[in-house]
Amino acid sequence: MRASLAALSGVLVLSAFSVAPHPARAQEVTFLSTQMRPLEEAQRARTQILNGAPVKTTYVPEEPPQLPVHLQADAQGSHTISLVGALHGEFAPLVPMGLLAPLDDQEALLKQRGIPDNLATLAHLGGEHLMYVPWMQATYIMAASKKALQYLPEGAKLETLTYSQLGEWAANAQKATGQRVLGFPAGPTGLMARFLEGYLLPSYTGGTVVNYRSPDAETMWADFKALWAHANPNSTNYNFMQEPLLSGDVWIAWDHVARLQDAFRKQPNDFVAFPAPAGPKGRSFMPVIVGLAVAKDAPNAAGAKQVIDYLLKPEMQVTTLRVTSFFPVVKVAVPEDLDPGMTLEAQAVAQQQAAPDAKPVLLPVGLGSHGGEFDRVFTDTFQRVVLRGQTVHEVVQREAQDMQRVLDAAKAPCWSPDPPSQGTCQVK
Amino acid sequence: MSRTATAPSESPLPLREGVGGRVSRRAALRPYILIAPSLIFLLLLFFIPLVQTIALAFRTSAGAGFGNFGKVWNDLDFFDAVKDTFALVVVAVPVQLALALGMSMMLRHVRRGRDLILWIWSIPLGISDLAAGLVWLAILTDKGYLNSVLFQLGVIPGPQSWLTYETPVVLFCAILTAELWRATAIVFMILVAGVQLVPKEFEEAASVFGATAWQRFCRVTLPLLRPSIQTALILRTVLAFETFAVVLAIGGTNFPVLISQAFIWQNQNQDYGTAAAYAVIVMVVSLTATAVYLVALRPRAGEPA
Amino acid sequence: MKRAVFGVGLIILCAWTIVPIYLLALGALGGSDVVYAWPKPFLPLAWSARSFASFLAIEGIWPAMLRSMEVAVLCMIFSIALGAPAGYALARFAFRGANTYRLLILVTRAFPVGILALPLAVTYVRLGIYDTALGVALIHTALALPFAVLVTSSLFLGIPRELEEAAWVFGCSGIAAFRRIVLPLALPGVAATAIFAFVISWNEVFAASVLTVRHKTLTAFLLSVLSESPLQAQLAGGLLLILPSVIFIFAVRRYLFAMWGIASR
Repeated sequence: MRASLAALSGVLVLSAFSVAPHPARAQEVTFLSTQMRPLEEAQRARTQILNGAPVKTTYVPEEPPQLPVHLQADAQGSHTISLVGALHGEFAPLVPMGLLAPLDDQEALLKQRGIPDNLATLAHLGGEHLMYVPWMQATYIMAASKKALQYLPEGAKLETLTYSQLGEWAANAQKATGQRVLGFPAGPTGLMARFLEGYLLPSYTGGTVVNYRSPDAETMWADFKALWAHANPNSTNYNFMQEPLLSGDVWIAWDHVARLQDAFRKQPNDFVAFPAPAGPKGRSFMPVIVGLAVAKDAPNAAGAKQVIDYLLKPEMQVTTLRVTSFFPVVKVAVPEDLDPGMTLEAQAVAQQQAAPDAKPVLLPVGLGSHGGEFDRVFTDTFQRVVLRGQTVHEVVQREAQDMQRVLDAAKAPCWSPDPPSQGTCQVK
Repeated sequence: MSRTATAPSESPLPLREGVGGRVSRRAALRPYILIAPSLIFLLLLFFIPLVQTIALAFRTSAGAGFGNFGKVWNDLDFFDAVKDTFALVVVAVPVQLALALGMSMMLRHVRRGRDLILWIWSIPLGISDLAAGLVWLAILTDKGYLNSVLFQLGVIPGPQSWLTYETPVVLFCAILTAELWRATAIVFMILVAGVQLVPKEFEEAASVFGATAWQRFCRVTLPLLRPSIQTALILRTVLAFETFAVVLAIGGTNFPVLISQAFIWQNQNQDYGTAAAYAVIVMVVSLTATAVYLVALRPRAGEPA
Repeated sequence: MKRAVFGVGLIILCAWTIVPIYLLALGALGGSDVVYAWPKPFLPLAWSARSFASFLAIEGIWPAMLRSMEVAVLCMIFSIALGAPAGYALARFAFRGANTYRLLILVTRAFPVGILALPLAVTYVRLGIYDTALGVALIHTALALPFAVLVTSSLFLGIPRELEEAAWVFGCSGIAAFRRIVLPLALPGVAATAIFAFVISWNEVFAASVLTVRHKTLTAFLLSVLSESPLQAQLAGGLLLILPSVIFIFAVRRYLFAMWGIASR
């Protein structure tokens, strides 16, 4: 009985893995996407975003680790998938596998819609051709309770804050209230690693990998340790900063827009959103870019490109924002009737991107299955230096060796803003 | 279950003496047929995975070796995990044993409401360690009930953090409290059953000869409880090395224990080999503890087994 | 005087058990108002229809609860189906290997079985039962089986063989005798064992977390959202986790006492 149950479940699982239910016809587009996977989100994608597309689109969510496998099987077999939606980092390994079609004819579209140059460059994935069209973006920003604004240092403005001003701000608040009001998502599933990789370190050293061992990096860790004296120690339990902000345990926080949005949605009048602070080498930030690509031998490449054009229309970008909380990549005015919380976030995202000293930093590319180990180098350094008080120089030297080991194992070349490398990226 | 009292069966009859003196081949096979499903099941779901866990722990990308154990050794939290795991077990288990012994002895003297008290004291049996962790989290969190009481008594000026890396001793006590609350019932249940079997006559004889209550307890009751204590200690210790949800709920990553590290390596890092290495360490430690109990609490000559 | 101290001690120990659960319920049913409140109220004044409704509406909790039920019921059925016959064999027959079998069962009980979920995850993926209730139920059965075997064996030992033999004399076959004589007598104890298997499965955390991804049981669900969801959702989950098993334990409390006693020999 159990054996037949297992067999039955096996058959069901296998059949669920089979590609699109109907054979691909020239007038349909099958859209495989790693975003908007949970049931309700996928439904919203179908009924609110894709329902007005010029070509009938079948939306198929897929788990990120399965994407290359799925596309490979499709390319060798059924040829049903035309359009692919995924994160920048998820597209990167697909290029050497030859699974994506070059999209040079879309370059004009990017310019026409006002997609920023830095995003367009990233979409080349380090090669000559445009490999995907940026579709939507998310990023990480700062949020603060209005209660904290009175403690801002003299002359400091939220949009042009530096890390040292952030420290002063938190110190002022602590002196006045006795509480440590700064918070970071340093919990087990918090995105602290992204803060360290994409915001803090590049602001001091200009990159994520190459200058990991430099004197600039050591200065950064020393500065951050001083900043941490004003951080709420429960930060090592925080994974989503919206909770501590709403409960009032934290007044100033950094996190992903999706992990702050509850705070802005529930109490938009109590919070402000602003770009990340700047360090000596600029205001580094990490855009999380979701793009659209066309499969190499797509059954309906023309239809796929029509859908791309449709999704990049300013109205659709705004609809996507309302539905998914991912932000537009095209030049479009933030609508007035937007949810007030969303408006706050959208403004901060735009400010961060357009800041004169803004330096976009890519999510790590090419690490494959070693991404977690790479992140751990940063969080371990943080643990050792900031939480356990070990000597900065020794820890950085030791962790840099670990980082090189991970890069060698993944054979990953350097990624922006580190200068491109021949072969595996080297820590100087 | 009064039937056990009125007509206790002797041990099972040897097969030779079936009804009517005949033993058919089928009858001889019957017990084996009856235990076969459970044996096959345990083979598939216990012994084979056991061997696989050990194999997994020794499998690295470069063939068989100690690579995963190397990662365990280099794990930032490994030494803390060992220290914390043993600290928890070494403190919690004896305290729970003492507490449960006390509760069992107290129960003997209760006449009215015995059933009610037995039920209340056994409620934690049905509570998973995750739920226990959440219960004590609600009490001990910054704005929780403990701090509310302390605040209203004027002991603290405002919400206080007890559960961060800055106050490791307090965090340890918090987790210990949650474990005491939850798992004492397990030890208690086993001891209570054992206490029922201690014949009152021995203790009465001892008191006739002038022994005090404490002497009666130490010299008569405890030795007679040895087998129950042994079982309780083995079960509780094995469970103690396995509990991780209560630790995660209250301490997060501030209080690593061996089994939570196994979980983190499997769940977040997707590294089954290193997770298995941690699991093997937990297995070895549990088995060693069990062996120690079996030897140290062996029935001595002259005592009932 | 001694009796007063004794009485106070009893009351303290009882309160120590019950009050924390009450406090959990306060937070769980009071919603975010209670959870964010400082200092905390000790009476359920903040309970309202709204907080109850938001308690019931927490996303993902009900499917997880249903899945936990599914798993626990399967575990219950499997443990009894596998364990009761074995218990009967140990009780009624003295066969070669009986003691080895008994020892084997004891060994599995003195073992952290949950961690075997690690290699089982890989096996389950190959068999296609990863992330299913069946898969989790199987490992939970491994947890509950030793208990089921030992307890049912003592149960059957307590039913006089003479009753079965009398049935045989009157022409009943072995199986019919079992069904009509032994089973009704053993049923309460078997039912209590089944419920205990249910509770073991309901409360298990590690294996359930390792073996499920999208179809989590309540414990796996709570663990995964432990640090992501608001505190009141976690507390609500905790309450939902506690209530059914406490109710079940209440239902079998008389048998429970006898069972623990028997199983510890």
